[in-house]
Amino acid sequence: MKKFLEKAVKWLLTASGFVTSVVILLIIGFLFTEGAGLFREPVVEEGYVLALNRENPVSTLTAAEIKAVFDEDVTNWKDLGGDDMEIVPFRLEDADKYFTQEQLGAQYEHAGAAIASLVASTPGMIAFVPGSMVPEGADLNLIEDKNISAGEVFGGKEWFPTATPAPLFGILPLLAGTLWVSLFAILFALPFGISIAVYMSEVASPKVRNFLKPVIELLNGIPSVVYGFFGLIIIVPLLQQVFGLPVGESGLAGSIVLAIMALPTIVTVAEDAMRNCPRTLREASLALGATKWQTIYKVVIPSSMSGIASGVVLGIGRAVGETMAVLMVTGNAAVIPTSILEPLRTIPATIAAELGEAPAGGAHYQSLFLLGVILFFITFFINMCVEFISSRGRAKNS
Amino acid sequence: MEKIEAKDVNFYYGSFHALKGISMEIPQNKVVAFIGPSGCGKSTFLRLFNRMNDLIPGARLEGEICIDGKNIYAPGIQVDELRKEVGMVFQRPNPFPKSIFDNVAYGLRVNGIKDKSFIAHRVEEALRGAALWEEVKDKLNASAYALSGGQQQRLCIARAMAVSPSVLLMDEPASALDPISTAKVEELICELRNEVTIVIVTHNMQQASRVSDKTAFFYMGEMVEYDDTKVIFTNPHKEATQNYITGRFG
Repeated sequence: MKKFLEKAVKWLLTASGFVTSVVILLIIGFLFTEGAGLFREPVVEEGYVLALNRENPVSTLTAAEIKAVFDEDVTNWKDLGGDDMEIVPFRLEDADKYFTQEQLGAQYEHAGAAIASLVASTPGMIAFVPGSMVPEGADLNLIEDKNISAGEVFGGKEWFPTATPAPLFGILPLLAGTLWVSLFAILFALPFGISIAVYMSEVASPKVRNFLKPVIELLNGIPSVVYGFFGLIIIVPLLQQVFGLPVGESGLAGSIVLAIMALPTIVTVAEDAMRNCPRTLREASLALGATKWQTIYKVVIPSSMSGIASGVVLGIGRAVGETMAVLMVTGNAAVIPTSILEPLRTIPATIAAELGEAPAGGAHYQSLFLLGVILFFITFFINMCVEFISSRGRAKNS
Repeated sequence: MEKIEAKDVNFYYGSFHALKGISMEIPQNKVVAFIGPSGCGKSTFLRLFNRMNDLIPGARLEGEICIDGKNIYAPGIQVDELRKEVGMVFQRPNPFPKSIFDNVAYGLRVNGIKDKSFIAHRVEEALRGAALWEEVKDKLNASAYALSGGQQQRLCIARAMAVSPSVLLMDEPASALDPISTAKVEELICELRNEVTIVIVTHNMQQASRVSDKTAFFYMGEMVEYDDTKVIFTNPHKEATQNYITGRFG
């Protein structure tokens, strides 16, 4: 009976371990397949075509060019490698400007032919219409439809996932926003974190430490939305006043909130590392006539460097992946930040904010999964760093 | 001439009375060994000479310890200055996680010496003094952890000697070493006695008889007997000493 029980427990443990691993792998696999789907999506919204006059030599356009054309930022074909002539963009909504209700038909049944003849007779026109409306054999020059390319996504400087006719999925602004906010968060958290750790492990009396340590660890338990709320109510207006900003929601606000959130991790890990610095090393230093502070910065801190570095990198990991608090205070403007005082937007905040409005299976939806993949790689890289640093520390101390 | 003088020393860890009324004199440039069973207070007593026990919360001292006639527990004494004078070698080799050179140079640097050529000169001198120079001269920038245990312990002796102390305290310096390394350390002690006064705590009675000029036997926080090493090991006056050195207890 006992033997059977032990066997059952063993199988139960094996099964739970196995199931968990498989689920994690499935999640990662799901993330990757969904994310990779973006590169199978056409540049122009699915089901639509861009029709040009037969005479127009332009046959390909990138997503950014299409957007510029329809935003009327580019108004001449020669900028796009065509002849010197004005661009006349045409959307389906513009049909009323060119045609009467009778010409289009009650059910828009004549619209296709009408638009086709309009495009055929206007040399500079580019029409964005459903593919099904273009009559067979119409005398038109259709823009070649390509798939979204990796270069446009990873090198693109604009994130306009809902733009028509061609959404832009340049991730650079989001990536830059994430790294920018995290960098400043660490710059703020590092000096404070290390000072608090040194204070707690070396200076504070046991009484103070026993009080302080749980308090700092408590900070880890506060939900991030509460931090975000705090940032929105206190930090954002404060920054607005101090720096005279038009809006207080900025990268700096996000960095400060993240720094506060990363602090407990840095402090706890660094303090543990310093307290684990062997007593014999401290004694050796003191016995040579070093003062307490010389011992701290010449022996204790260097010998616990790997622990401190692990704490810092773990803190960065927290900052990079943090969603809610950042979403609430950074202003969420998807532009490449030039200063920390501007609004910016991070990858996790983008996913959280946009997933609800992205139709499942569409390019926008898949692009958000791709962002998830990128985030996964960033945190994976950070975890590898932690692993590397702490394993090097172990090798050094053994 | 007396280098160290302890006058009626009582020492407490909290309420535990660890050292009971010890008075002794340690002559200059001699090697004095402390022997006794574990927990008898010999290490505690040794660590009073460079105020290493200051670090222990709740520790309390009564009595006086004078080095060169000055009470080192008097108010206004700079502890780090004192520790420059009174070097220490610990039970286990405890080099810093730094290079061999930086280990030996550490004491000089924390004492504010910046002259690079002087530091290099002192490091070589100290390593030669610790009979380690020939073994490490080609790898001074290698980590101290790359050395063997015996080499590490001699490195620690070199590190302590680099700041030119006048007293060297050794807390069971060979207890973690193999016989060959132990022999080297003992040889070193015999050579160093020309430069410094050495106080050594040891569990190994042969070691005490080999290296020391005088020996003190501690038992239960009291100093039972203190005399020339020859007398202690051949003709002790107290029965407890006799029993301990013949191995009847301890």
